[in-house]
Amino acid sequence: MLIKRTERQARRGTLAGALASQSGGTLDRRSFLRRSGLAVGALAVVGALPLGSVRKAQAGPPPAAGAAVTRVKAICTHCSVGCTVIAETQNGVWIGQEPGWDSPINRGSHCAKGASVRELAHGDRRLKYPMKLVNGQWQRISWDVAINEIGDKLAEIRGKSGPDSVYWLGSAKFSNEGAYLNRKFAAYWGTNNVDHQARICHSTTVAGVANTWGYGAMTNSYNDIRNSKTMIIMGGNPAEAHPVSLQHLLEGKELNKANWISIDPRMTRTAAHATEYVRIRPGTDIPVIWGMLWHVFKNGWEDKEFIKQRVYGMDDALKEIEKWTPEEVERVSGVPGEQLKRVAKMFATEKPATLIWCMGATQHTVGTANVRAFCTALLATGNVGTFGGGANIFRGHCNVQGATDLGLDIGTLPLYYGIAEGAWRHWSRVWETDYSWMQARFASKQFMETPGIPSTRWFDAAMLPKDQVTQSDNLKAMMVMGHGGNTIARMPEAAKGMEKIELLVVVDTVPTTWAALSERKNGTYLLPCGTQFESRGSRTASNRSLQWYEPVVKPIFEAKDDYEIMYLLAKKLGFAEQMFKNIKVENNLPVAEDILREINRGGFSTGYCGQSPERLKKHMANQKDFDLVSLRAKDGPAKGDYYGLPWPCWGTPELNHPGTHTLYNTSLHVMDGGGTFRARFGVQRVVKQTVMENGVEVEKEVTHNLLAEGSYSVGSEIQDGYPEFTYAVLQKLGWDKDLTAAELATIQRIGGNNPGTVSWAIDLSGGIQRVAMAHGCIHYGNGKARANAFGLPDAIPVHREPIYTPRMDLVSKYPTLPNRREFRLPNVGFDIQKANVENKIGEKFPIILTSGRLVEYEGGGEETRANKWLAELQQDSFIEINPADASARNIKDGAWVWVDGPVGAKAKVKALVTERVGRGVAWMPFHFAGWFQGVDQRDKYPKGADPYVLGESVNTLTTYGYDPVTGMQEPKATLCQIRAA
Amino acid sequence: MARMKFLCDADRCIECNACVTACKNEHEVPWGINRRRVVTINDGKPGERSISMACMHCTDAPCAAVCPTNAFYTTADAVVLHSKDICIGCGYCFYACPFGAPQYPKVGNFGSRGKMDKCTYCAGGPEGDSTKAEFDKYGTNRLAQGKLPLCAEMCSTKSLLAGDGDIIAQIYKERVVKRGYGSGAWGWKTAYKETIAS
Repeated sequence: MLIKRTERQARRGTLAGALASQSGGTLDRRSFLRRSGLAVGALAVVGALPLGSVRKAQAGPPPAAGAAVTRVKAICTHCSVGCTVIAETQNGVWIGQEPGWDSPINRGSHCAKGASVRELAHGDRRLKYPMKLVNGQWQRISWDVAINEIGDKLAEIRGKSGPDSVYWLGSAKFSNEGAYLNRKFAAYWGTNNVDHQARICHSTTVAGVANTWGYGAMTNSYNDIRNSKTMIIMGGNPAEAHPVSLQHLLEGKELNKANWISIDPRMTRTAAHATEYVRIRPGTDIPVIWGMLWHVFKNGWEDKEFIKQRVYGMDDALKEIEKWTPEEVERVSGVPGEQLKRVAKMFATEKPATLIWCMGATQHTVGTANVRAFCTALLATGNVGTFGGGANIFRGHCNVQGATDLGLDIGTLPLYYGIAEGAWRHWSRVWETDYSWMQARFASKQFMETPGIPSTRWFDAAMLPKDQVTQSDNLKAMMVMGHGGNTIARMPEAAKGMEKIELLVVVDTVPTTWAALSERKNGTYLLPCGTQFESRGSRTASNRSLQWYEPVVKPIFEAKDDYEIMYLLAKKLGFAEQMFKNIKVENNLPVAEDILREINRGGFSTGYCGQSPERLKKHMANQKDFDLVSLRAKDGPAKGDYYGLPWPCWGTPELNHPGTHTLYNTSLHVMDGGGTFRARFGVQRVVKQTVMENGVEVEKEVTHNLLAEGSYSVGSEIQDGYPEFTYAVLQKLGWDKDLTAAELATIQRIGGNNPGTVSWAIDLSGGIQRVAMAHGCIHYGNGKARANAFGLPDAIPVHREPIYTPRMDLVSKYPTLPNRREFRLPNVGFDIQKANVENKIGEKFPIILTSGRLVEYEGGGEETRANKWLAELQQDSFIEINPADASARNIKDGAWVWVDGPVGAKAKVKALVTERVGRGVAWMPFHFAGWFQGVDQRDKYPKGADPYVLGESVNTLTTYGYDPVTGMQEPKATLCQIRAA
Repeated sequence: MARMKFLCDADRCIECNACVTACKNEHEVPWGINRRRVVTINDGKPGERSISMACMHCTDAPCAAVCPTNAFYTTADAVVLHSKDICIGCGYCFYACPFGAPQYPKVGNFGSRGKMDKCTYCAGGPEGDSTKAEFDKYGTNRLAQGKLPLCAEMCSTKSLLAGDGDIIAQIYKERVVKRGYGSGAWGWKTAYKETIAS
């Protein structure tokens, strides 16, 4: 059961041994139970401590007689589905989990990770107290010493190298409140070098989708897929990554007799339940989608009415699509024309159809373009803005959607306001902080308004010559809160980068790869934080629903709440008073409800304004009232609301907007969660075009209308396209009279001498939104979605070969973008691709290496590999290799192999010989770390806090390549060679 | 009286292993013992299917028939349980079981494997219901609290069903009729000497 998939090898010895040494004896079941798990091991590790200072994670079921059992409703902390967890506690100890039947999202269900979350709050292998690396040895320190030393060092670096030399790497595991605080913290520190896991998971989705129709998120929901008649899952394996979502997909498939098409290089666990499986070469998503649309347009299956009314630039896209004949698609991607025709027909004619994608699509140098092509396919077939249709983007971590929304990002403040002056002024107003004070925190106004360095390239910013990094100095410090070190490509270089920086601070529940990967000897701190089961707040699931959760237990051992840690650091750095001006702090712990209220007060752009803590708590208490498919409450105190008030939930909480279950849905009134495509890209566009006039070709300036034509949401008083609302627009329509005196006063205060320019997004009264919606209009305007996303590097998606491609013959026709500078750094992908072709790298490393998820582990896997119930199920890092490739290399199933990467790195893993991958393709899970190029690094973790399972990370082998729009890495398509070890 | 059974709908099982960790969590089952596991056939090929497996609590259980110490007994709900005080760890039941359910804490020959452990249908053992002694040996007794086995209750896709045999057979039958396919109630013929007509 080591590589679970085969059940063929058993290497139980070493691991059972490791386990036994921790639990202080052999693994006899009865004594094991008597000691209630491995808690004794954990205690042995902290044995020297005075017991009073350590909250023991001891005891388990059954409930002891006499003491009351308390039930707490929490939310699973793993993936973005957002399953409700019912925890039973007694005397402050988590003793059991029960199914949360009332949740419309999971209806009691869990996957392996959700069914084992209780272990997280017992935490045998948790980081138990603050630690510091002194000459290569971990030493326990107190919180006071840690905060003081870290704060002093940060101040020193700030003085010497400027605020941009400190990188604030946050987390998709934060609550919304935590993510918001973290972004706010970076602002008060004075840098845009702040990021989180969305960079490496769906940054390209957010960029691609938002640039198409307005907002960067899943348009529908997991539940709504029950309405779909055709589902295409492309570059995603939700059966392992989002298992509970399969409940909705499988039941939908059964009830609707729906088509289920999996398009993937691997025949995944998801593909096993598909009605059709399409195998593609990694990195050829655009050819496959254009190939589909080629059939759609050739056969007239497109939705002409939809395109005419609601889409801009489909003609321009068509010019690119026409190049992708079935022959060319097969030559590039390997997909036969007939199969693609069948799929295209189902997608275009058996509607509603939804397109579901994950990281197989996003993690490429063409990630944004891939997403744009997907959107174009949905637009061409009229599958957006309907029940059962839409872009169902399955986000990764439990709050990656929320952390993205709250601007834990190098290029925007919370809720997509951006970082231009207007955005800073908006948030300064919300924060009641003087704008000029804020500006003085930065190196300059220019750096305040320049995007920071993406997390994928932090080590380049530490190691490149100073003159190649466009900021006052190289990176000198990494402040990592809840982010793995093994999820970023090019790990050997990350290890060197870690050795180069002066300060490394890791705030996490476990030590993570950051603690073990490099040869650092000093200047490293590990600070234990609690899991979200030890905190309270809200998190946004993939479907944009916000769910409020309460702490199951207090932070265990010496862990502290995220909010408290940020407060302590802000206090030490001298800006706590400013930063927490409107947030109550009790005993160093900022109050989560107050943080959400502040988000509400400033969150008008994205509709985070209506979800007050009171409303969210009401939903959690009345989950049973919400319908499984429509997510709407049929009854009870939240009657009429959609579950979790999925954003956008417009206006102030008092307006009682129900939230938006399906985006851009014109069949509903805006006050019922309806909407249109956002008029975000102007009202018109002037283009030079060659037109025929009196039989002569002349070049003329033609004006294109970017607003919807003849399409509007139900009940709209303006029955055509319209621009975004400002106070001036309200005045023009004569609707300004509907504003209350208080609303008008706020608008005038914000607008100063020019109140007409105050838009719906910066009107802190919510009045413009309220009045527009009262007239059935949506304040963000009624525009067309863009098939031509002018302004992006590839306005129409163009196929570009991966930097490391085995198809060197295709590079001249489909090269990557030219070298350029972006995000303060050079991008030399073009040179590397060119050199790869010249050096025939594809012959020396002929196997494509791609990566993905296992159900048992999450992200970098640090936390889940430290959970004994999960770790037991996957004990070795492995590589899937096709039988033909294996036999050509004399590799046996289950044997150790060396995987050699094209830039000199190597990894030792077990071979899993399987037809799951096609010939010439190998696949590795990305959750492992702790072995580095064949070396076991277990000794480098603090004693007793090493994960049970260690293994080689696939990112030791992944290579250079970055998306031009977001800096996304390219771990889904690189090259390798494999040999028997 | 209810006749408790398990049923795994292989057309729904996605091998997410929730049943496995739910069991580990509920009963604090140690590393190396798997009361429940998921087996996948045609792995990585078209037709790949997974099935969650544990003790099926058979009618006329073969484990009980071969036990030299009569450690097994069947409850009024038709759940097959055993006494760890009587078990001598001989391993006969492991050879008799068509589902590979019995597990042993140690590897070894006759008598040295330790007390046998297996799925209790979340119904504990011969000790008093929900006592510490019962928990230490057999885990939580959910049935005594009016709850069904946690593995089925937490199944991600409602593939694994637990409950009265007639009721879960009815649920499965309706599913098969609605969707038009079903590979059959896996293991029912062996365990319960019956199949579900669809």
